[in-house]
Amino acid sequence: MTWRERLRDPTTQRWLRIAVFVAMLGIALWAPFYFTPFRVFQFTRVLIFAIAVLGLGLLTGFNGQISLGHGAFFAIGAYTAAALMEKAGWPFLLVVPVALLITFALGYGVGIPALRLHGLYLALVTLALAVVTPPILKRFSGITGGAMGLNIDIPQAPAWTGLAEDQFLYLLALVAAIAAFALARNLVDSRTGRAMIAIREDELAAETMGVDLARVKTLAFAWSAMYAGLAGVLFTWTIGFVSPESFTITLSISILAALVVGGLGSIWGALLGAAFLVYLPSVADDLNQAAPGIAFGALLIIAMYVFPGGIAGLARRLWGRLLAPPRAPAPATAGASTEEGGEP
Amino acid sequence: MTTGERDLLLEVRGLHATYGQGAVLHGIDFDVPTGGVVTILGSNGAGKTTTLRALSGEVSTRGSILLEGENLAGRSTEAIVRRGVAHVPQGRGTFVNFTVEENLRLGAHLRKDRDGVRADMDRMYEHFPVLGERREQQAGSLSGGEQQMLAVARALMLRPRLLLLDEPSLGLAPMVTRELFAIIGGINREENTTIVVVEQNARLALDLADMAYVLEAGRIVMAGTPEDVRDDEAMASAYLGYAV
Repeated sequence: MTWRERLRDPTTQRWLRIAVFVAMLGIALWAPFYFTPFRVFQFTRVLIFAIAVLGLGLLTGFNGQISLGHGAFFAIGAYTAAALMEKAGWPFLLVVPVALLITFALGYGVGIPALRLHGLYLALVTLALAVVTPPILKRFSGITGGAMGLNIDIPQAPAWTGLAEDQFLYLLALVAAIAAFALARNLVDSRTGRAMIAIREDELAAETMGVDLARVKTLAFAWSAMYAGLAGVLFTWTIGFVSPESFTITLSISILAALVVGGLGSIWGALLGAAFLVYLPSVADDLNQAAPGIAFGALLIIAMYVFPGGIAGLARRLWGRLLAPPRAPAPATAGASTEEGGEP
Repeated sequence: MTTGERDLLLEVRGLHATYGQGAVLHGIDFDVPTGGVVTILGSNGAGKTTTLRALSGEVSTRGSILLEGENLAGRSTEAIVRRGVAHVPQGRGTFVNFTVEENLRLGAHLRKDRDGVRADMDRMYEHFPVLGERREQQAGSLSGGEQQMLAVARALMLRPRLLLLDEPSLGLAPMVTRELFAIIGGINREENTTIVVVEQNARLALDLADMAYVLEAGRIVMAGTPEDVRDDEAMASAYLGYAV
């Protein structure tokens, strides 16, 4: 048995996956006690964005519906948390279920007209959602604090834990992210998840298998919005301040960009895309102080050109190449393969 | 409901079908006996595919489509699938990014009986051994014949009362087509699945069927047993493109 054959073995692969997961979890738990508060804060941002990107990934990557308006759901999650904590004085953990419920319901609501819209039309309508969000937030200043925004007290760790603020926030985001990723993983492997992917691949064929298109597509929108809402709550906790300008169209586009860079249709791609989104601007700043936007855009274009399947797609390709037998002659195909096999 | 000799699973009366402005079917009538195989023959553009699409609610129709007395006309595709009508569309429509096994699971989307689904998957691997060998492979890596088999197996996972097959031989080599039809015939006998098959390859379809209809420009021009159709030389050369 060569090492390649050993790596191809499903049992080995399963153990490898568990080992990688445990190692990653170990690093994730160790990191906040090793790095400086600024670095820990950056990691927290990566985790928060990863949740939002993952949510959009469920909708766009797995269900084939595009949204340029996920920043709106992010904003609603953030504002729900801020308003309940600041205006109503709720404890920070209690706002989570409320924010999830509200964004779920709103996502469901947007999902209904989305049933009749495809591709560019859906992109345009969701884009409008992102555009109207800041003005609406300014308009209802009684709840939202208007253009001034809302300041909230950042959640503090219970004294007995001895955790610093940055460590506590990081761990909260980590717990949320693990829950979000585990749920997404299960969803994608479930009956409904298969139906979601089938719809992305071929709506008509999915329908002829009895998939209820309307139900699955609206649910995908609702879950996806709920993920963005959760990310919004975490954003409020960590930043301690929300204002309409935090949730402009740039946020929606950034989430979509991170999804595509990370890799559509990949769960882990969301984490990679989020890291790209958080770290690329600082790299871009180093490259060109005068115009970080230009450097950011250029790096984005280069990234898409070099790995069109996203970082996750690139990783999958490299892994596949590693496992491929070294330059063996093409194996003979067995079974009923004598026909031309042409696609109609 | 009986016609005197056999129970009818499906009774179609005065079926019209339109795409936008263009009418494709102009009021066709046909019967499908329970447990039987009915073939609909005809040249390109006669309306064969449209007939199947009308049965599964994918085009707008007029007329009645009675499945054991219940009218399916005007219902959504999903509702029709729920009533046990499985459609294997032309060009297979397998999900190329899913594995063979996942495709079969998707076929059982409406079923809740996990153990039954597992047992049926194993049964499909018996009917189609090549699928059993390739169960972890992505459907896109299968040959055309294997994909067609997968499409049929996936439709059967629904445990349909009525299986609609649209041009199963399309793009397949003669040998593979014969193998596929032999398996389909076996499924009809062993599982008592009622089948409507639309085919350009009239010879094969007539061997399989116990009732045949010939469609021409959206109208049924002949109905009878396979022997009747074979013996009608004018019919054979005019509509089926071959003389027996």
